[in-house]
Amino acid sequence: MKIIQIAVAVAAAALPAAAQVQLTGAGATFPAPIYQKWFSEYASKGVQINYQPIGSGGGIRGINEGTVDFGASDMPLDAQQLKNFKDKHGYDLLMLPTVVGAAVPVYNLPRVTAALRFTGDALAGIYLGKITMWNAPELKAANPGVNLPAQKIVVVHRSEGSGTTFCFTDYLSKVNAGWAAVGKNTSVNWPVGIGAKGNDGVAGMIRQQKGAIGYVELIYAVNNHLPYGLVRNKAGQFVKADIASVGAAAASVTELPPDLGISITDAPGKDAYPISTYTWLLVPSKIEDAQKRQAIKGFLKWAITSGQSEVGALDYVPLPKAVVAAEEKQIARIQ
Amino acid sequence: MATSFPVEPRVIVRSPRTFIERLRGGDQIALLTTLVCAVTIIVVVALIVVELWMNSQPAIKAFGWHFLTSSTWDPNAEKFGALPFIYGTCLTSALALLIAIPLGIAAAIFLAEMAPPQLSNLLTFLIELLAAVPSVIYGLLGIFVLVPLIRDCLVPVLVKFFGYLPIFQGDFYGVSFLSASLVLSVMVAPFIISVSREVLLAVPVEQREAALAVGATKWEATWQIVLPNASTGIIGSVFLALARALGETMAVTMVIGNTPKITASLFSPGYSIAAVIANEFAEASGRLYVSSLIFLGLVLFGLTIVINAVARILVLTTTQRSA
Repeated sequence: MKIIQIAVAVAAAALPAAAQVQLTGAGATFPAPIYQKWFSEYASKGVQINYQPIGSGGGIRGINEGTVDFGASDMPLDAQQLKNFKDKHGYDLLMLPTVVGAAVPVYNLPRVTAALRFTGDALAGIYLGKITMWNAPELKAANPGVNLPAQKIVVVHRSEGSGTTFCFTDYLSKVNAGWAAVGKNTSVNWPVGIGAKGNDGVAGMIRQQKGAIGYVELIYAVNNHLPYGLVRNKAGQFVKADIASVGAAAASVTELPPDLGISITDAPGKDAYPISTYTWLLVPSKIEDAQKRQAIKGFLKWAITSGQSEVGALDYVPLPKAVVAAEEKQIARIQ
Repeated sequence: MATSFPVEPRVIVRSPRTFIERLRGGDQIALLTTLVCAVTIIVVVALIVVELWMNSQPAIKAFGWHFLTSSTWDPNAEKFGALPFIYGTCLTSALALLIAIPLGIAAAIFLAEMAPPQLSNLLTFLIELLAAVPSVIYGLLGIFVLVPLIRDCLVPVLVKFFGYLPIFQGDFYGVSFLSASLVLSVMVAPFIISVSREVLLAVPVEQREAALAVGATKWEATWQIVLPNASTGIIGSVFLALARALGETMAVTMVIGNTPKITASLFSPGYSIAAVIANEFAEASGRLYVSSLIFLGLVLFGLTIVINAVARILVLTTTQRSA
């Protein structure tokens, strides 16, 4: 009997909570930790947000088919995809950058203690299968004084579609004409290499295989204390990825396209880390349900202003001010 | 009860029961219930096929049969071909069975015929536990335990003695067809052992006694009398193992290397159908890309049916010849 009484009391207490606004989102896995943190904090303002990190492709499909209130993607939608959305629904799909991340090259060369330096062409050459040895002249030239072994390079890439792969291939296709033929996407037709699942799979493969090279998210490398290499940026500087250099990459791209599908790989700044990327929330410009509309707008404004102060704790990089200002205009368009 | 017993048969013989009577008797209800259950399974399978077929239409229209023979998988150029994945699925499953069948049947014979009953029960319990281990655990064990073992112990031996064979040539990076097949064989062996043991135990004791009585040794009785008697059930267990091997996703993707290439060498990385679907579906954008992945699912479905049918025909012809 007592149990029933308690159950009724609990149900009664839970009822006002059920009257809260409920939002559903799905998509990118890379920003999922910060999104979960944001959503759990924002729940105190009466908005329950349920987010499923099912992958960017799933997020794009979900928002296209209207099964979620908002999507999330690690890669910007191209003009054709945005037009398809408008043709189908009659209103726009807004792309709103939330945080900045980066991909870093990791490798296993036990005798090499110094952090290796990579040029864009060297990385592209390795991933194209043209540079096959660690003591290749391209790598030696960038690393004077480092005793590179005469060892075969074992190339490792992500096996599943991933925003990290998009960022990495976007960078390679910008800096190397040979890679442009392979192209950029969440998964591509890799000329060489072994596919490993997830950041942990890539890291595990590299730990086991001497002479291996791969790429992982900066956050993953930092949290797991993986040593990673420097990459030469557009200004010719070899830059180590960290919050400052990735932030510099975001800040140095001042020309913002109207749809905010900004690519910040190979950014021009002197201190900019070149393999950096935004991640986006995808929100329709028209939301019928007034309550939901207010909730989404409120959350988005909070996330790009107050919410930004929390991203550093999880090793994400906050948005530059210019992007925040541009986003506020976009958020105001949601009707 | 005892008095009514001789009366009953006469009633049945005199007038066959009507439908209502049979319904009341439970026969018809049992028939209907079991029929509905059987049809449900068939309907579910049919719905899966229909759904796969409909969603793979864009890919079928774009590529047709060429999908099965092309080995390009390029999401950027929107060119998709299934051949490397079909090759990987077939190769790893076949190799896994090649290892697991002798191992499994021999283990089952030991457990059913040779081992003392208490030891047999204990071992059987442990083996059945193996079948319940989630495949991601097998994958992790594969990466962190089996792959280093293969690299440091098995591969040097294979290269030394069989290095002239094309299947044992090239560099070995750990993840490969060979690793995937070995992990799969460990995963499917419990199915063969567990089912085969039950089947062997079900062979009547009289058969063994008769063989022993005419002077057969214990092994002769097992090999020539018990095993042929149980062969249908053992083959059934192999089919079960084959189905598991064809569809296994997680453990395979962790150790196969996820590279859509067709090479003769077992040392090189490859890919399987189930693995590529699991890896790429979540992030696939674009109608043709998603549709091609679903088409791959349909291909796997078809492949399973074809392989099962061929295996069944093979078994049928060989058993008829021996009989």
